[in-house]
Amino acid sequence: MTLSRFARPYEVNSPPRRRLVVDHISLSFGGVKALTDVSLQVEPGKIFAIIGPNGAGKTSMLNCICGLYRPQHGHIWYGDTDLVKTAPHRLAHLGIARSFQNIELFNHMTVLDNLMLGRHVHMKKNLLTALLYWGSGQAEEIRHREFVEHVIDLLQIQGIRKQQVGALAYGLQKRVELGRALAVNPGLLLLDEPMAGMNVEEKEDVARYVLDINEEWGITIILIEHDMGVVMDISDTVAVLDFGRCIAVGAPDQVRSDPAVIKAYLGEQE
Amino acid sequence: MTARSVPATLPQQLRANAAQFGDAMALREKRFGIWLSITWTEYLTRVRNFALGLHRMGFQRGDRIAILGDNRPEWVIAEVAAQALGGASIGIYQDSVVSEVAYIIDLCQARFIVVEDQEQVDKLLDIWDDLETVESLIYFDPRGLRHYDADFLVAFPDVESDGAAMHAEQPAWFDEQVNLGKSDDTAIISTTSGTTSKPKLALISHGNLLSMADGLAAVDHFKPQHEFVSFLPLAWIGEQMMSMACGMRIGFALNFPEEPETVQHDLREIGPHIMFAPPRIWENMLSTVQVKIEDADRVKRTIFNWALTIGRRAADLKFANKSLTFWQRAGLAAARLLVFHNLLDQLGLRRIKWAYTAGAALGPDVFRFFHGLGVNLKQGYGQTETTGICVIHRDDDIKFQTVGTAMPGAEVTTDNRGEILVRGPMCFSGYFNNPEATTSALTEDGWVRTGDAGYFDEDGHLIVIDRAKDVMTLHDGTRFSPQFIENKLKFSQYVREAVVFGGDDFPYVTAIINIDFGNVGKWAENHKTAYTTYTDLSQKPNVYDLIRREVERTNADLPGAARIRKFLLLHKELDADDAELTRTRKVRRGYIASRYQELIDALYGDYDEARITSTITYQDGRTQTLDVAIRIEPMEPVPGGVAS
Repeated sequence: MTLSRFARPYEVNSPPRRRLVVDHISLSFGGVKALTDVSLQVEPGKIFAIIGPNGAGKTSMLNCICGLYRPQHGHIWYGDTDLVKTAPHRLAHLGIARSFQNIELFNHMTVLDNLMLGRHVHMKKNLLTALLYWGSGQAEEIRHREFVEHVIDLLQIQGIRKQQVGALAYGLQKRVELGRALAVNPGLLLLDEPMAGMNVEEKEDVARYVLDINEEWGITIILIEHDMGVVMDISDTVAVLDFGRCIAVGAPDQVRSDPAVIKAYLGEQE
Repeated sequence: MTARSVPATLPQQLRANAAQFGDAMALREKRFGIWLSITWTEYLTRVRNFALGLHRMGFQRGDRIAILGDNRPEWVIAEVAAQALGGASIGIYQDSVVSEVAYIIDLCQARFIVVEDQEQVDKLLDIWDDLETVESLIYFDPRGLRHYDADFLVAFPDVESDGAAMHAEQPAWFDEQVNLGKSDDTAIISTTSGTTSKPKLALISHGNLLSMADGLAAVDHFKPQHEFVSFLPLAWIGEQMMSMACGMRIGFALNFPEEPETVQHDLREIGPHIMFAPPRIWENMLSTVQVKIEDADRVKRTIFNWALTIGRRAADLKFANKSLTFWQRAGLAAARLLVFHNLLDQLGLRRIKWAYTAGAALGPDVFRFFHGLGVNLKQGYGQTETTGICVIHRDDDIKFQTVGTAMPGAEVTTDNRGEILVRGPMCFSGYFNNPEATTSALTEDGWVRTGDAGYFDEDGHLIVIDRAKDVMTLHDGTRFSPQFIENKLKFSQYVREAVVFGGDDFPYVTAIINIDFGNVGKWAENHKTAYTTYTDLSQKPNVYDLIRREVERTNADLPGAARIRKFLLLHKELDADDAELTRTRKVRRGYIASRYQELIDALYGDYDEARITSTITYQDGRTQTLDVAIRIEPMEPVPGGVAS
């Protein structure tokens, strides 16, 4: 068997890339308004960044998209599906995956097992065939392993494949988490601060991977990130949240010079 | 009819191998977690297609192709393809910084460059406008290159499919080209290590390579079914000699690791029979074992030390050509069963038949350690100019203080000043575009001047002292080799690198020492010492105490005048990116002396510490300035009482 370096993973194009439309959503916790009447539109195949000061509602926005929070008003359309009305566990089937701000991996499992877990949603065999293993169960596992190996290759984590996640350095754990989200084979990937706590070199690496994921695999990416340099460099569109409101959306250059954004970030001279 | 008696070139040998071995495995590469193999027939087909594709792009006889990347099948395919067309390949170390790449490409005037991936493409795009001779850049890993649209960028498979199309039209053309190859055609251009100056380009012919392979195979009987892992840079003459010369001549398969980080794991999976590596690799293996053992519980540690004592004693008896008593044999068998078997398995050395070290001296203690485990580690000696090695240990005649005797076909002697001279079929024909260097390296009657000082012992074994230039005359008039002292220091798992000064102009011996970040870091953790960076750790008082004990141990074995009187722990690791080491990780003594002039002044003055401002170059070419105070540690009173 020869696998060309120029070949792409067999199933990479399968989940459809749909447009994501956030339609006037509002979210409040008791009296606290986390999001107020926010509308966004994310085009398929693009990198969309959400920025804003602490507490602006960035993670709440991501949580609404992935079904962790239910906004009281508004809709979130992914193609023809309203995500607000979809059960969270259905999202993986729609091709939506996410990574978390704080690492959420299984520390006592190996990198490979954590990534294989990301394939769980695609496993069709029932408990019985899985227990018997040989035959179709084995064939299915091999197929998933092959996909996971493409993820490992993309993220350059061959050297830690069989290591326990808990023993890895923080930067590598973040990369593994990104890998698990990728293993779902998503059409839309939500990344919550994938570079938080990293040094410049690690950030450059992750920026490289995000671009590769987007360019090579054509995955739409919604990214929350604090490092303005990175955001402005790699995003196609940037949305700025401030106190739960969307105060600007546009191309990086356009947003950078927006007076409302400058005011939210730097404050105003009295 | 084609001349198929004894192949005179690597491509002719490849054709012969494809005819003889056909579907047997020639190359194997780990990708996506599994080993994928390429048969000899496929190897030949891919070389043919790539060669014909190159020809279509305008590659002429006598042209040069530069190759830059990790060891992969594409690397060797590109090399043999260029050779099939009567050209030569030049390997560039994959971790070279942009300026080094530019220097070598400019020097060799390559018209084509084969690179691995985006990282290397980016390096070359940076300097593209200065590379006047280069026409095309061929890459074999497309990741990240989707949006690169320069018309000189060509994908490796496109060249191959072009070639396949040409083969369909002119099926005899490739064979004709291969038949034109002659033994004294240049096969590869190899960069010299450049410890004293910028690298020079040595012209190595097919005859050089194949006679080297024949010589080595006459000493050690390699077989086609032996396994070899190609994990050292293919730009290094040692890897060319093993992978390309021996691999091709004998027909054993080459295994390419998945990534540089997975080498240790991949070695274990393959379990090679033959391994050729510079001392650094063996020293690292030893140091890994030492650290792991220190972490093990007491029972394991005791058993390990017991086994190692038995192993070392057996090794010493072997070196002395004495046989073991019954009880010693029984003890060794038990040690093997309980300890060595597993240890060798972990290191990937369980099936090793012949292990070689060359390129620099290997400390006797490292040597005894591996022989203690039962690894047949042999010292070889040679240089780029002699296609790798020309002197080697024989299986039953190993003396760790020597490098062995001349290989079949090689003549080795010393001249009246003690410089080692070599003559034979493996000796190169000269440097590319550098007649002055060629004249000084080659005598009129064909001897290569090695620049190394050495002598023969009573058994005819060659003993290499050091680079002739480096051998120092101490203040009391004795001659001494700094490398000898450095190797003694480096046996410590806490010392990564050491540079010793002392001869000629200097009144006494001093050392600049690099701590081993991993091992000293671990030691610091176990001894409740908090640290942040390498610089911080290197200047901790108890780290100085730790290294001081190592220096004391070294001094105990040295004659008075050669003892280290003062040392310091350098605030940064010596790095090839800063030109302090060569790409094969050899110390560039002269450069270090001038770069750290302030430190050397402080070592020879009456100071407790030295301040240093230094500039660090990152791999992407960015620089950063550091300002550090470095402590000077006195060991013994210095002669003449200059300092306290």
